[in-house]
Amino acid sequence: MYLYDEIDQRLVDERVAQFRDQTRRFLAGKLSEDEFRALRLRNGLYIQRYAPMLRVAIPYGLLTATQLRKLAHISHTYDRGYGHFSTRQNIQFNWPKLEDVPDILAELATVQMHAIQTSGNCVRNITTDHYAGVASDEIVDSFVWCEVLRQWSTFNPEFSYLPRKFKIAVNGSHADRAAVQVHDIGLHAVRDANGDVGFRVLVGGGLGRTPIIGHVIREFLPWQHLLTYLDAILRVYNRYGRRDNLTKARIKILVKERTPEVFRKEVEAEWAHLKDGPATLIAEEIARIESRFTRPHYQKLDPLASGYVLALGHDKAFANWVRRNVQPHKVAGYAAVTLSLKKTGVPPGDVTAKQMDAIADLSDRYSFGELRVSHEQNLILADVRQADLRELWQAAKALGLATPNIGLLTNIICCPGGDFCSLANAKSIPVAEAIQRRFDDLDYLYDIGELDLNISGCMNACGHHHVGHIGILGVDKQGEEYYQISIGGAQGNDAALGKVLGPSVSQAEVPDVIEKLIDLYLARRDSEDERFVDVVQRIGIEPFKEHVYGFRHQSTADRRRQLAAA
Amino acid sequence: MAFVINQRQIVADSWQLLKPAADESLLAVPPADDVIVPLALWREQRDVLLARAGRLGVWLDSHENPVAIAGDFDRFALVAVNFTAFGDGRGYSIARLLRERHGYKGELRAIGAVVRDHLFFMASCGFDSFLLRDDQDPAEALTAFGDFSDAYQVSVARPLPLFRRRFLVSPDGMEWS
Repeated sequence: MYLYDEIDQRLVDERVAQFRDQTRRFLAGKLSEDEFRALRLRNGLYIQRYAPMLRVAIPYGLLTATQLRKLAHISHTYDRGYGHFSTRQNIQFNWPKLEDVPDILAELATVQMHAIQTSGNCVRNITTDHYAGVASDEIVDSFVWCEVLRQWSTFNPEFSYLPRKFKIAVNGSHADRAAVQVHDIGLHAVRDANGDVGFRVLVGGGLGRTPIIGHVIREFLPWQHLLTYLDAILRVYNRYGRRDNLTKARIKILVKERTPEVFRKEVEAEWAHLKDGPATLIAEEIARIESRFTRPHYQKLDPLASGYVLALGHDKAFANWVRRNVQPHKVAGYAAVTLSLKKTGVPPGDVTAKQMDAIADLSDRYSFGELRVSHEQNLILADVRQADLRELWQAAKALGLATPNIGLLTNIICCPGGDFCSLANAKSIPVAEAIQRRFDDLDYLYDIGELDLNISGCMNACGHHHVGHIGILGVDKQGEEYYQISIGGAQGNDAALGKVLGPSVSQAEVPDVIEKLIDLYLARRDSEDERFVDVVQRIGIEPFKEHVYGFRHQSTADRRRQLAAA
Repeated sequence: MAFVINQRQIVADSWQLLKPAADESLLAVPPADDVIVPLALWREQRDVLLARAGRLGVWLDSHENPVAIAGDFDRFALVAVNFTAFGDGRGYSIARLLRERHGYKGELRAIGAVVRDHLFFMASCGFDSFLLRDDQDPAEALTAFGDFSDAYQVSVARPLPLFRRRFLVSPDGMEWS
């Protein structure tokens, strides 16, 4: 992790004091409901369907064992003994008391944590690739750049009351594992011909009500200019982004209304004033931040001596887990392990306080006391010796964290939905569970192969349904909860938005629809290597539509034909 | 007599803020008082306003461009920027542009939704004068300037970002470790 210095710590402590005073004034009736709302949101505090919800920041998803133990303690002391990891790599507590929140924040500050800007119309937690620092296709360690941006965005006086929330993602590898194409700003690290680091800058992407793939407005921004260029983008947005209509206030609407080219010119004109100014980054600062990150002290290991390859041969269950939940590592003899939070019957992304403590112990024992949260709502031990894999697998299995389903249909991304969230149109957790139950046969699941299934309970798209190979969106149909299914979405370098399959269906029908989609896919794929999403892209959505809606769809076509003939 | 916070002190205020009439009729400008006029009035009645005996100020609404007055700073004893609502942050950019790009050195006043919880950021962006919203307690508001003891970013209050100041104090940047 990045270790705070005295100033970093002081600013977080001062924030706790500020929010304590704001809460006091609100409870004393000196601060209106509306204004306190704007202030509490930027400290992560929502008032939800049943209780307040506190979203704690996990900057770029990186967490230490000590911090996780603190989260366990908080959920145990102030909540109901569990927490929910979100798609923004944060953790949410669903039942804290409003009056307790200043104390919770003070406890978090003792382990260099906070809830700063996890909501509100400001720059949110910077997210990145959960394999940063260990991936073999790495260009830069994105954690360093995320921390540069965390500092730039924290209490930025000019950009604290933007038209709407603002999400930035940084990807440091060749493969995009940070979804940079669907963020307000996406930064993809690149190297120029001389090997110098810069960023490809995308702007105006996003999911939500108006899903849009971001536009590249600069192919190569040398790293020194990162902050001045972001200042220019944010300034244009702060001044001209729409404030008259909440649903048109994101930067993607401004970029769309002005056209990406005009927007780019405006940013460049603004940047001409800021470029080479005092916010221009210096190598000393990058080195300073880099040096404040704790780094694993890797051993020199002989990967062949680990013995785990041998175990793969005679233990199918272990082999399955390795195949799905273990990723290669850039250092020989090590591997990155995903602890699946997608066990059937447990809401996706949920962990109990007990599990948190146990995971903290695992990370101490096997992964240098650190772990990461992925935007797919799983936890990653990034630096595990291959020789320890089997032992770790057994320990994870005992904790219910070894479901071998990473990358598969049951690794569902899912928002809290109507069970908790006051914005939701429909429940999402029971839908996820019904699908997981339908596909609980591991051989069948493996035969289906790679498939991202994402569920959002409303069009705000916290469950990223647009970029799921199969996306499920909760909708309200005359007071009833219905679900709109889309297919063909994708995240990563080839990000795409899914297309709506047809009329929405009831909760009970969802697993049947998914099964029909899978049936057709299995019937139509060229080989086991052709994934579900590849087949959708090859044959289009029509065959899937016909297979799912069958007779109903057919009769509409017939009617149209009759009408045409008449 | 009304009060404002000026240079972190509560002081009596002689300025009269003129707002456009609802029916868009021309405003009657008092002949001798100190007045802050809307940008449109300044554009329409520049000569009349300059010929008056009282001091002159101008205020920009949050959608207006500071370039519009950039050549006339020596005509104004005060420039004000309106915050239309609690969550409207446009005034922060306007203030920085006035100070940093156009070089305005005089009194810069925040008007409108000026509340205790915004004062630290407003001061960072270059405001030195604050006409608090009616419901605000001025004595309590004064404490807001101390909400934070430092900031990472470049601003009017801190022309150098923290990362540059760290290296000025200590070449290896580890001074506060």
